[in-house]
Amino acid sequence: MKLGTVISVAGPLVIAKGMNTAKIYDMVTVSDKHLIGEIIEMRGDRASIQVYEETSMLGPGEPVYGEGEPLSVELGPGLLESIFDGIQRPLNIIMEKSGDFINRGVQVKSLDREKIWNFVPCQKVGDRVFHGDIIGTVQENTIVQHKIMIPKGISGIIKKISEGKYTLEETVAVVEEEDGTEVNVTMLQKWPVRRGRPFHKKKMPEKPLVSGQRVIDTFFPVAKGGTACVPGPFGSGKTVVQHQIAKWADVDIVVYVGCGERGNEMTDVLNEFPELIDPKTGQSLMKRTVLIANTSNMPVAAREASIYTGIAVAEYYRDMGYSVALMADSSSRWAEALREMSGRLEEMPGEEGYPAYLGSRLAEFYERSGEVICLGQDKRIGTLTVMAAVSPPGGDLSEPVTQATLRIVKVFWGLDSGLAYARHFPAINWLTSYSLYSSSLMRWMDENVDKDYSRCQGEALALLQEESRLNDIVRLVGYDSLSPEDQLKLEISKSLREDFLQQNAFVEEDSYTPLNKQFRMLQTILKFYTLSRQALHDGIYLKDILNLSVREKLGRIKEIPEETMEQFEELQETMVQEINNLIQERGNKG
Amino acid sequence: MIKEYRTISEIVGPLMVVDKVENVCYDEMVEVRTQSGEIRQGRVLEINEDSAVVQLFERADGILMEKSSVRFLEKPQVLGVSLDMLGRIYDGMGKPIDEGPKVLPEKYMDINGVVINPVARDYPSEFIQTGISSIDGLNTMVRGQKLPVFSASGLPHKELAAQIARQAKVKGSEGNFAVVFAAIGITFEEAEYFIQDFRNTGALQRTVMFVNLADDPAIERLSTPRMALTMAEYLAFEKDMHVLVIMTDITNYCEALREVGAARREVPGRRGYPGYMYTDLANLYERAGKIKGRKGTITQIPVLTMPEDDKTHPIPDLTGYITEGQIILNRDLYRKKIWPPVDVLPSLSRLKDKGIGEGKTREDHADTMNQLFSAYAQGKKARELSAILGESSLSDTDKLYAKFADEFERKYIAQGFEINRSIEETLDIGWELLSMFPKSELKRIKEKYLKKYLPDSSNKQSLEEHPAKKEV
Repeated sequence: MKLGTVISVAGPLVIAKGMNTAKIYDMVTVSDKHLIGEIIEMRGDRASIQVYEETSMLGPGEPVYGEGEPLSVELGPGLLESIFDGIQRPLNIIMEKSGDFINRGVQVKSLDREKIWNFVPCQKVGDRVFHGDIIGTVQENTIVQHKIMIPKGISGIIKKISEGKYTLEETVAVVEEEDGTEVNVTMLQKWPVRRGRPFHKKKMPEKPLVSGQRVIDTFFPVAKGGTACVPGPFGSGKTVVQHQIAKWADVDIVVYVGCGERGNEMTDVLNEFPELIDPKTGQSLMKRTVLIANTSNMPVAAREASIYTGIAVAEYYRDMGYSVALMADSSSRWAEALREMSGRLEEMPGEEGYPAYLGSRLAEFYERSGEVICLGQDKRIGTLTVMAAVSPPGGDLSEPVTQATLRIVKVFWGLDSGLAYARHFPAINWLTSYSLYSSSLMRWMDENVDKDYSRCQGEALALLQEESRLNDIVRLVGYDSLSPEDQLKLEISKSLREDFLQQNAFVEEDSYTPLNKQFRMLQTILKFYTLSRQALHDGIYLKDILNLSVREKLGRIKEIPEETMEQFEELQETMVQEINNLIQERGNKG
Repeated sequence: MIKEYRTISEIVGPLMVVDKVENVCYDEMVEVRTQSGEIRQGRVLEINEDSAVVQLFERADGILMEKSSVRFLEKPQVLGVSLDMLGRIYDGMGKPIDEGPKVLPEKYMDINGVVINPVARDYPSEFIQTGISSIDGLNTMVRGQKLPVFSASGLPHKELAAQIARQAKVKGSEGNFAVVFAAIGITFEEAEYFIQDFRNTGALQRTVMFVNLADDPAIERLSTPRMALTMAEYLAFEKDMHVLVIMTDITNYCEALREVGAARREVPGRRGYPGYMYTDLANLYERAGKIKGRKGTITQIPVLTMPEDDKTHPIPDLTGYITEGQIILNRDLYRKKIWPPVDVLPSLSRLKDKGIGEGKTREDHADTMNQLFSAYAQGKKARELSAILGESSLSDTDKLYAKFADEFERKYIAQGFEINRSIEETLDIGWELLSMFPKSELKRIKEKYLKKYLPDSSNKQSLEEHPAKKEV
């Protein structure tokens, strides 16, 4: 339907007149090239439209069309294993249509309309259903069962439902509402991306999201349903941290949003994920992943939309009762897109040119995470964990995006360029990072992994804190002025850093560490500390302790395979043995 | 019939406003004919009902507003491309400036390029041997990568860029190699250095040069890299060539961008640079890469000078966020005559992991690389400490590391601009340096590689010789 006419074009911002029938935040298509856009401002009959595609060679006089619907995502079977652009157009279909390069105005459906799915009902005729109830399932792929839910605003009695093969748009069930109208339910739903999907009730998140990354799980854990951010200067390994979590997190579904980042990074994910095996299901990791890629050279307005597209998809799977992780890399690029549009609208700028509403938009986004009791009579529980990278200019954390983010998120993994230069990866700084979930999750660890978990974690963190203090002293007066006890502390913290915290994402055996192995590693290092401290107390020289051959084994503690956990016991016994020998020798001499 | 307008109403800096226009599009090419018949080019930046804001690519002086006319060409800015352009030199707008014959273009391409679909991309993984140890060994470059050089005033980035262009090769694949060179606002002498170097090594026949010198119009610099990249795309994706694009100096490009932003009275971002600079730079850098099913590749080496040697300045900062790593030059190393003065610790190649190892370089590459990095980092720390407290206060281990740092700079990094080392030579030098340490310090290297590659000398040095193994 034609709404109005273009009168002005400047980059991604188009102004059209005669738009009195349009609403703000409606989706429109501009010109006969059908460029997709969204109305972001209305003044009289003039609408400012942000266009999600390149506007080169667009001029006044061109028509604007619209259906009066807000920017929405399509939800239904077929989302998994796909790669979409920022406004949910499947990139592989675009490639089929327009080749290796993305041309403008390619019109594609988000989800495949032809594909046939096998629908298995779990409700029967005569059942009373409400918004959010699961009426049946579809095996989306070998690991994920897609649950078909009653869309918003529908409730009543099922008149017709049957197992069979359907396409997305075919009716799988008929529901009779109270006033007698019959509603056809299909497997396809639409949802406006900027509005959070409803749920019954939010809960306090209390279970950890296990990522297999030692510094994260043991020191700064994030809860399922929580929020975390990873700020760091370029080259400090933000993307690798995000990729690692996307790979190994113990969740059912991962939505990965590449927002304004490099094209090759998305290619990397596309190449790597299908080949990686999920330790939980034994199947390819890609089967649980939805990718949204709006690389830095793709239109900037679509970058702004991409994180909303991502979170709407994530919420949809949460509503099925799954645990979902959303990774956004990077939220700074999203904020820059916001700034660019705000600048073109000539809004009054806030800090560093960012719009004044930056903070509230960010808060709105992160607050869509959580552990919730979903709608529906079965009161199922779903979680959505949001983890976003932040790319502060010059690594300066005082800039507006980082500051606005820190006010909201509960976990902060601060990346440090100094660590990255020394190739200490993941370069998460243990002195500045924090997790507000730490105390509750450590309780969970104590109950579920080992009762000593929190004690070991506390001791290790304290040692590392102490190390930084001792290093200050060393810098002033030299190493030799330290007492042997303090020198030992430095050695043990070095071991903690090198043998526990450092983790190589590119080495198969080291890329993922299960919780019980993490604990064993930590426990073994600390046991050596306890034994050595005791030995020092008994008058053994530090250098004798440091020369023990068991230290070399301790240095290769990462290489102990998860299958042979008894090796940790053996290692600990060797330690006791060797230290006892030292004490005995000394006893003999004395 | 293209209409001519005589309705220029405003000329401010590089911007011109033309009124009462019809059917004008955003991004359309514009030709201005001055009263004396001279043709200047421009582009529509903004169109507001019947008035168009035009950005001039050339100087604005001598345009008499009443008597000059404007034509809108109904097409975006294009470059005529052809294989015959190899070996030729063009100005920043794509006009030939050598004395060569006229080239008949095979086709015209939009200089803004089109976005490569991420699904169509092929992940770069072919190792490029540059013959420079600090790059090959520690910050390995691969075909299809964009790896900038972060330099600063007075540092030898042109020598390094020329050395890479001269020595770069991929094991077991020769030929079909081309260089596209974009000089963006650099001095005559610098441009001449490259031309001479390419000429001397015979590389000129395989090179297309786009030269915008420091005294050419600043605003033209916004087009120069786009011209070069369009040429590169043509050579790589239509003619199956492996193209190395060198663009120097990106800092001049960004300044031109700022100039236009300021003339349009945009709300500035950091340090007066426009807020969209990230997107703008990404549109250049992301044009590097490799596409599935096509033989050619585009590898980019943008060179930029960091104002005040400051890596956090918006230009290097935004670049670092887009490119796949960076090679950073360091003034202290340069003063110590460690040439090329590559500061390996903050330098990085993000794509190295897929380009090294067995079958690409050598199986021990990754492990030794990590070990060299951490040993050098520790060595530098020890050196700093000894500068404060005196050498005697260092522990024996620290002394060893400090010595390693010196040796490493002297033997590994300082190879000069003429030496071309094979990757095996580079790796062997690495092992020789690492043999200074007792085995227990070489934690990052797998046992089997230690056995196979570590030179014997190390076995003599055991922990006993360093009894007080301690460190900070």
